[in-house]
Amino acid sequence: MAPVDKSKVPWWASNLIVPLVNLTLALLVSGLFIFIAGENPYEAVRLIIYGSFGYIEGFAYTLYYTTNFVFTGLAFAVAFHCRLFNIGGEGQAYIGGLGVFLVAINFSFLPVPIVWLLSIAGAVVFGAAWAFIPAYLQATRGSHVVITTIMFNFIAASLMVFLLVDVIRDTAQMGPHTVALPKEQWFPSFKDFAGLLGIKIRYSPLNISFLLAILASVFVWFLVWKTRWGYEMRAVGHNTQAAIYAGISPYKNIIIAMCISGGLAGLLGVNEILGVHHKIVAGFPAGYGFTGIAVALMGRNHPIGIFPAAFLFGILYQGGSEVTFDMPNITRYMFVAVQGVIILFSGALENLFRPQIESFFVNRLNIKASA
Amino acid sequence: MVSPILELTNINKSFGHVHANKNINLTINKGTIHGIIGENGAGKSTLMSIVFGLYQANSGTIKVNGKEINLRSPKDSIINGIGMVHQHFMLVENFTVLENIILGFEGELVFGKNLEKAKKDLKDLCDTYKLNIDLNSTISDLSVGFRQRVEILKSLYRGAEILILDEPTGVLTPQEVDELFKILRSLKEEGKTIVLITHKLIEIMDLTSEVSVMRQGEMVGHTKTENTNKEQLAEMMVGRSVLLRLDKSEVKAGEVLFKVKNLTVKDDLDVTRVKNVDLEIRSGEILGLAGVTGNGQTELLEALSGIRKVESGEIYLEGKKVSDRQNFLDPRKLKDKGLAHVPEDRQRMGLVTDFKAYENLIFGYHDQQPFSKSSVLNHRDIISHSKKIMEEYDVRPQSPNLITSNFSGGNQQKIILSRELNENPKVLLVGQPTRGVDIGAIEFIHQRLIDMRDRGAAILLVSVELDEVLSLSDRIVVMFDGKIVGEKDNKNVTDRELGLLMAGVV
Repeated sequence: MAPVDKSKVPWWASNLIVPLVNLTLALLVSGLFIFIAGENPYEAVRLIIYGSFGYIEGFAYTLYYTTNFVFTGLAFAVAFHCRLFNIGGEGQAYIGGLGVFLVAINFSFLPVPIVWLLSIAGAVVFGAAWAFIPAYLQATRGSHVVITTIMFNFIAASLMVFLLVDVIRDTAQMGPHTVALPKEQWFPSFKDFAGLLGIKIRYSPLNISFLLAILASVFVWFLVWKTRWGYEMRAVGHNTQAAIYAGISPYKNIIIAMCISGGLAGLLGVNEILGVHHKIVAGFPAGYGFTGIAVALMGRNHPIGIFPAAFLFGILYQGGSEVTFDMPNITRYMFVAVQGVIILFSGALENLFRPQIESFFVNRLNIKASA
Repeated sequence: MVSPILELTNINKSFGHVHANKNINLTINKGTIHGIIGENGAGKSTLMSIVFGLYQANSGTIKVNGKEINLRSPKDSIINGIGMVHQHFMLVENFTVLENIILGFEGELVFGKNLEKAKKDLKDLCDTYKLNIDLNSTISDLSVGFRQRVEILKSLYRGAEILILDEPTGVLTPQEVDELFKILRSLKEEGKTIVLITHKLIEIMDLTSEVSVMRQGEMVGHTKTENTNKEQLAEMMVGRSVLLRLDKSEVKAGEVLFKVKNLTVKDDLDVTRVKNVDLEIRSGEILGLAGVTGNGQTELLEALSGIRKVESGEIYLEGKKVSDRQNFLDPRKLKDKGLAHVPEDRQRMGLVTDFKAYENLIFGYHDQQPFSKSSVLNHRDIISHSKKIMEEYDVRPQSPNLITSNFSGGNQQKIILSRELNENPKVLLVGQPTRGVDIGAIEFIHQRLIDMRDRGAAILLVSVELDEVLSLSDRIVVMFDGKIVGEKDNKNVTDRELGLLMAGVV
């Protein structure tokens, strides 16, 4: 098959049609899984849609998950533009949460909005610091970030268990978690806002961190495409030799990209600590860091793609838990498999049908042009 | 009695629009060392890759021992007794010599009898040809010369009767070259046939009994080595094609803008590639640097532009020292001081091919006003600037938002050139400005370089195209084996003289 002239492919064919085809295929295969497990795939889809959109609290849950995936997805994307595979979002988020908590509890004498801003800064600084060490090793020693960041996830987990058990544990309790932050520091939740409007709804974890996720998306877009920093990071990522020729330091940019990436992952701690748990509980990043990789890949590392991809994974998380409630044959792990299939089709097999789809549209345009 | 072992008839091979081999006929006799000589890009390596089955010819026939054969892969060639030692060795670095040689020919699942036999056979081969290789040493521990011997041994073990060596001495030290030649002679004495691809005349005269000359994809001559001499071969190699001398005014050389004193540079493998080079370029002149690829030009350019560290020696810009071993300016600081660099390899170094055209048009200047203000890129000014210089330099298509890899080679080169020339540099370093560029663009690029010179820039032109060096330069220096081996005024120099200097004869 002749290679497709890339310049002639319409943007929507490669950026919309191809991901949609991949997603459809993934869902078909997932449907097959559900069928084999002995349940009705149509019913499962209905439950997913009901669970994530059908009632107000369900939708709020979907958006809460989306918030987390946006943070970790953006984190992965920023590093990826410098061709760094930051697999360490999980650990950076964990340590970021530590930053949030330490700042909030130690500066509680300050006015609340200032505590919030400082806590967000704490999340970014702690997350960035956790990414800095692998970045430094990559830049100076060539130690591959894939290896080091994954190791740093384990180190972060062990460190946090140590801190939560021996150092900052709430001694009045048995569990590995800290004391709760003062109530006035908690982020206003969706439920609070609804209450202001006189609407009574049940609890959901959605809180104003969702707005922070939107801000972070705008920030990443601006950083990567509108600033000199982003430009230099992308130059190093695409062609390190050319970057050196142009006087751009790969060393500096590797460290900057990783620190920004780690800082973004750290923001997950803001959602979880200020918005949901109001204290550090062991294992709060719960795999969001890893799923963020898939979100970024599916969103083609662009905020405009990452947001819908995060939303899709939000639907799967929330709708999936609804399905596991109602369908005894479908376990939680089934939805891990469904996620896996989506990652497979939109990540690893991303280019499976791309040439066919692109050449189809190029041919169609050619026919139109000659007619 | 001489009998032909390999006969090629009417071989044709094209890559896209490039006709790499045109109607090639070649007969190689058994038990000889046959040289194939030609400039870079003459089609030597392509031809031999066809014989080794790496490429398939578009037309033509190949006969081995009088029998027509069909070569679809290197495996077919090996079966027919053809072996090849490539310029870049095909060895697994962390395997031993033995493991490398039997790779693909293990012959048994669990090593035992066959391996013992292989060991014995290899020892015999080593003794016969005095290869002196320890079969148990790991490749990564061996010097380049020994790695090459392993390649030769590998071919012999697989039953090669015809051994093709592609530029075998390019990576060797003089002592290693002597050793290699000894081995090749003893192979010949044992009745093997050797095809030596080279651009070094001295090797042809030293070693071969017959020689074929290629130029621009064609076979331009066959002769017995004893009936020819270096001068004659150089003439055939370079050709008497009419030179396109450009219209250019008399040189009005001014003060020395760029000076290199006793410069030595090492490459990434710590091999000294530039040896005690002195250069002086004046305002308003083009200094041409001729030489065959791989004689240190790349490392010289990289050192002069601040990309590569200087081992010893000094570089002066407008009389001020900018680089020596301790202190050196990086490429960006040199740019600020008025030194621009068009790198030899545009896709590897000059451009980020995944970037849009406008992003490449400011590459290296992106932190300057008006392109960026306090770290934020000024999109509108960048686009209007890009449109302006794309028009001025006739870059086609004129769309700043197109991804750079979608431009043709000539237009990619124009993107780099427009970027580097636009700042009116005082000193311009240019490497291979027209490599892979169509004829229309070549003229345009040459004219721009002349314009720069007339405006008073000092230009260093590095090119493997002799025609280009001759038509553009005011003065010409020739680099061979890292040293400047000659300097000529362009008025009274012939391409033959330069050819000899380039081949390291004089």
